[in-house]
Amino acid sequence: MDVLLASLVDGLLIGFVYGLAAMGLTLIFGVMDVVNLSHGALIALGMFGVYLLFTGLGLNPYLGLLIVLVLGIILGMILYAIAIHPLLDGPHLSTLLSTFAVSMIIIGVGTMLFTSTPRNIDINLGSMVLGPVRLQGTRVVAALVAILVATGLYIFMYRTHVGKSIRAVANNRDAAELVGIPSVRILAFSFGLGTMLAMVSGGLIATLFPFSILSGGTYELKSFVICVLGGLGNPTGALLGGLILGLIEGLIPVFMPVGWTPVIEFTLFVLIILIRPSGILGAR
Amino acid sequence: MMRYVRDPALWLTTLVVLVAGVWPLITRSATTREDMFLILMFVTLASSLNIVLGYTGYVNFGHIVFFGLGGYIGFYLIAEKGWHVIPAALAASLGVVLFAAILGGIILRLRGAYFALATIGVNEAVRSFIVNWDAVGGAVGMEMNFSRYQDYGGPMNALWFAYILLLIVTLASVLLSYFVRTSKFGLGLLAIREDEDAALVLGIPAPKAKTIAFALSAIFPAIVGTLFFFKNGNIEPGDAFRLHMSVEGIVMIMLGGYGTVMGPVVGAATYERLRGFLLTSPLFKNLQLAFAGVLLLLIIIFVPSGVVGWLRNRFPKVRRILA
Repeated sequence: MDVLLASLVDGLLIGFVYGLAAMGLTLIFGVMDVVNLSHGALIALGMFGVYLLFTGLGLNPYLGLLIVLVLGIILGMILYAIAIHPLLDGPHLSTLLSTFAVSMIIIGVGTMLFTSTPRNIDINLGSMVLGPVRLQGTRVVAALVAILVATGLYIFMYRTHVGKSIRAVANNRDAAELVGIPSVRILAFSFGLGTMLAMVSGGLIATLFPFSILSGGTYELKSFVICVLGGLGNPTGALLGGLILGLIEGLIPVFMPVGWTPVIEFTLFVLIILIRPSGILGAR
Repeated sequence: MMRYVRDPALWLTTLVVLVAGVWPLITRSATTREDMFLILMFVTLASSLNIVLGYTGYVNFGHIVFFGLGGYIGFYLIAEKGWHVIPAALAASLGVVLFAAILGGIILRLRGAYFALATIGVNEAVRSFIVNWDAVGGAVGMEMNFSRYQDYGGPMNALWFAYILLLIVTLASVLLSYFVRTSKFGLGLLAIREDEDAALVLGIPAPKAKTIAFALSAIFPAIVGTLFFFKNGNIEPGDAFRLHMSVEGIVMIMLGGYGTVMGPVVGAATYERLRGFLLTSPLFKNLQLAFAGVLLLLIIIFVPSGVVGWLRNRFPKVRRILA
């Protein structure tokens, strides 16, 4: 029973981080109908951002995260200008491929600079005992940071002018343009936000597990699963989906060999996309 | 029938594949054969993917699942059951086509990004299932006993034999692509690509047509999978279901020309040659992935119709000979 509880809580904590990553993907899809296939590469970039600031400048990983956050928004806006904007009116295939091209470029250059040997950020925040459960400090902090960023994003989207503009553009770009919202700038900023979320979650994951420049792919696939669970384009759903995925990953090893986790995840993914494409929260 | 015999595009396509494919047989050089093996393999994968992607307009990221499953079925029959490679490849193809028909009937209801994501999910689900399935070797995969090659007159002859089979399969897949493109059924697919709802209204049985196209696109990748892993002598899940290879197939189609018969042929050959060059040149060796990414980005932004598509648009007279 204690084992079960411990892996449940562990799963939940990681689930928040997964959810944050998926929010980036789902935000971009919701606003501009683009599936960002460079998501995984951006997650890896966030990992290396925090790692380099930590090993190079000796900066605390959580402070490094702040710098990565700002860099993420800027990088995202640049990527939007190069790879998304010229293709936004074309067929789906063009943005799928252009974002994939970005991913190839990032991973290609990254492999040359950092090789694909695994790294890790050596940080230990001790552990916390909560009743029968012992929690690792880094995981608790990672979950807290993820919650903080997610709440910040929520307030930003509902309380600020720019946030409301983003929601307006997501709803109907032409109508938003008619009421004077500069939709191109808003789209660019949304892509920046999505990139930022991917990179920040990457930075958080880097404090938990070893990683390499190729690790992003795994988390990209997890993000897809989460987005579909929560409904594509629904950031709140993404956070919930992240928690569900975290729980699944926490629970499955208790009952069967850990290798079966991806089988169950992807089967669930395909089933949900077929039966309820709007996600478990969405209306039928 | 006469319509086909008189079509220069059909002859040109056949000739290009045949001349390039027979070249290693004339020179008897093993290196040329290995290079050509990869090119022909990708021509087959890209041409068959083009039926779904280029003609029907459905973005399939999981095309490689047909290659991987076909490879596994064929390899299992050869290595464990002692089958000859030809019946094993045919059995693999039959199994995978059935799989594609059933799967297609289910997931082709989805459109746009949802379909694309579902195909990624299918590939990953199958791959992770195989990783856990010990009867086919689990994560380490299977190896073939070297003595298997004796049935074909030793390993050297087996490799040439696999190459000749692949050449036949490549020709067949390019011809299939040509006949689909020029048939009434193919016109129906193009109509679905342009506007599926309008196509339905016009009386095209879209769900059935899409499923048939999906199943057709699975025939040859399965055979190629069997041949490839037969040649390699071992198979493992990471090699068989590599998502990256699916995307490379899409890049080749885009490079050559989306929805044309010649496009995937030109695209696959160009991409493979280019990669070979980049891998061996000291300047680009470490950057080949990034370089391919830049190339892809430039193509999508500036030449979205690909080499063949561009030629067809630029010089209308070329259309007669370049399908």
